[in-house]
Amino acid sequence: MKRLSWIIWTVLTLALSGYLGYTLVAAEDKTEFIVGAPTHGHFQIELACESCHTSPFGGPEILQNACLNCHEQELEAANDSHPVKKFTDPRNADRLEILNAKDCVTCHREHQHEQTMAMGVTLPDDFCFHCHQDVAENRPSHEGMGFETCASAGCHNYHDNRALYEDFLVKHAGKPDMLSETMKLVNDNVTSYLAEHPDVKALIADDADIPTQQVSEQDQTITEHWAATVHAQVGVNCTACHNNEQDEWLPQPKLDVCSNCHQDEWTQFTESHHGMRLSDKVDISLSPMTPAMSRLPFHQEAMDKDLTCSGCHDPHTTDTKFAAVDACMSCHNDEHTNNFTQSKHFALWQQEQQGLVPEGTGVTCATCHMPKYEEGGEVRVMHNQNHNLRPNEKMIRSACMNCHSLEFSIDALADEQLIKSNFIGKPSQHIESIDMAVKRTKQ
Amino acid sequence: MKKLNAIVLGTALLGSATALTGCGGEEKAGGISPQQFTDALHLVMDSDRAVYTKKVVGRLTKKEKVIKASEHFEDDKALPLPAQMFRFGSERVAEKTDKFSYSLQSLFPINSQNAPRTDVEKEGLKFINDNPGQNFYKEETLGGQKYFTAIYPDVAVVEVCASCHNKHKDSPKTDFKVGDVMGGVVIRVPLG
Repeated sequence: MKRLSWIIWTVLTLALSGYLGYTLVAAEDKTEFIVGAPTHGHFQIELACESCHTSPFGGPEILQNACLNCHEQELEAANDSHPVKKFTDPRNADRLEILNAKDCVTCHREHQHEQTMAMGVTLPDDFCFHCHQDVAENRPSHEGMGFETCASAGCHNYHDNRALYEDFLVKHAGKPDMLSETMKLVNDNVTSYLAEHPDVKALIADDADIPTQQVSEQDQTITEHWAATVHAQVGVNCTACHNNEQDEWLPQPKLDVCSNCHQDEWTQFTESHHGMRLSDKVDISLSPMTPAMSRLPFHQEAMDKDLTCSGCHDPHTTDTKFAAVDACMSCHNDEHTNNFTQSKHFALWQQEQQGLVPEGTGVTCATCHMPKYEEGGEVRVMHNQNHNLRPNEKMIRSACMNCHSLEFSIDALADEQLIKSNFIGKPSQHIESIDMAVKRTKQ
Repeated sequence: MKKLNAIVLGTALLGSATALTGCGGEEKAGGISPQQFTDALHLVMDSDRAVYTKKVVGRLTKKEKVIKASEHFEDDKALPLPAQMFRFGSERVAEKTDKFSYSLQSLFPINSQNAPRTDVEKEGLKFINDNPGQNFYKEETLGGQKYFTAIYPDVAVVEVCASCHNKHKDSPKTDFKVGDVMGGVVIRVPLG
């Protein structure tokens, strides 16, 4: 009997080892090894284990480097107010023993779904206490405030305080909810492109260089559509996208074909939750994201749509108006999205389309979630929809303050119900940060 | 020319000292002492900072009046303040090496995080404040690691240093004058 037990134990152990060993080394699906559900930021790439766990050997620097590989530039662009380099000074050794602020995973632990809060933070909310327990000495107004409220009350953010720092609050105090002068960035990059490329000739439908054997009845409509696009205006013909490196015609160009010319947009897109599965930083080849894979609510009929460039931009019409509103609303099915058509923002967008207000006055989904920005004299569109999404204070400068006061923006973004209603009505609460900053300046 | 020589000497010392500590931290016979090392580092830091303060910020903001200097230089499209330049340099060093570190601290800091924290910092900043013109050197252990810590007086070299600190709403001291010790440069070198 004893011998039989040993045999069964040995066989079972070998079988289990074999199965797990095969899964670890050779199998594509390594779901068995996921120790806990990843955060909302990473679940899409949960099976690309080696994107983060780049080596089985080494210490905490392996994960730290993995975090920085994707997020370093964003932190730098946000003027990270708590960068690692501020904590390496030996004078902080005692603090680091309590809270190791040098490693991202100290606060953002992955695979801890049950204790992961907003922003992917796995620490208790009052972590600011460890270094700022004496805050009330310099800021008497903060006396008695709980440390769990620092970041949750619309006042501070650990990394990005570009819209929340004290002098900024003072500078923008006392303005009306709706600014008298609004920022209207309008992109006219075609004109500047043509000025820089005087040899480029605009193309017409007859110029289409689609091979004759590929022409069908449907293609005739497509070439007409193409001839009306910016692509034709700047001399981009059919083969520019449809031919591969060997000059062979591809009926379906590769997913990343747009990146040949729109590199920045592609990079931003692959940094977003829409495109991150296609990022070259992911260690395995993944299919494009679809609504069905997401944790958010979507329309049933949209579940299997691939999230690629052409998901929002029909390649033969390049209609940015569709991409700005309808593309989003055809998939997303949540309260905020569905209330958009009842909002003042949408009414302005309708008026703009009817020519009743100047271009750039309308507020679309893209106006806030893919805001325009100026770079090198050109107006660009941010193609990472998550760039300013969380924490939502990131929207204050990139979106809200183009039209609204800082005070209104802070109050509105702190009001969850107002966000759900898509800003129909006024903020129901007032965040006192500007009042406190102004009061201290006067003192 | 004197300044150039000093910078060349400082850079050479820095290079050799880094090479020394890079070989297990042991000082070879005839090598330089930690104090020589920190003195040289400080000479370079102090010279660069004075040049930036006078030839860049002072000239462009006061004499030629073509641009302002501002704490929020990105938002204001202005020049970074000399103290900010100094900190950015220190943070960049912190990203590249742990062979030495430095910071700017004060008994009267605008940002309370820059007040002295360790016992040696407290003692040293008080010493340089009470003994103008003198440096302070001491060893201390932080996080289980022994350090040679040198503290050098940081003096208001031009009027704007004093006036800016005096006017700042977060400054605990409002009567600085040119030539006053406003704080100290703390340089640490790990020993052993």
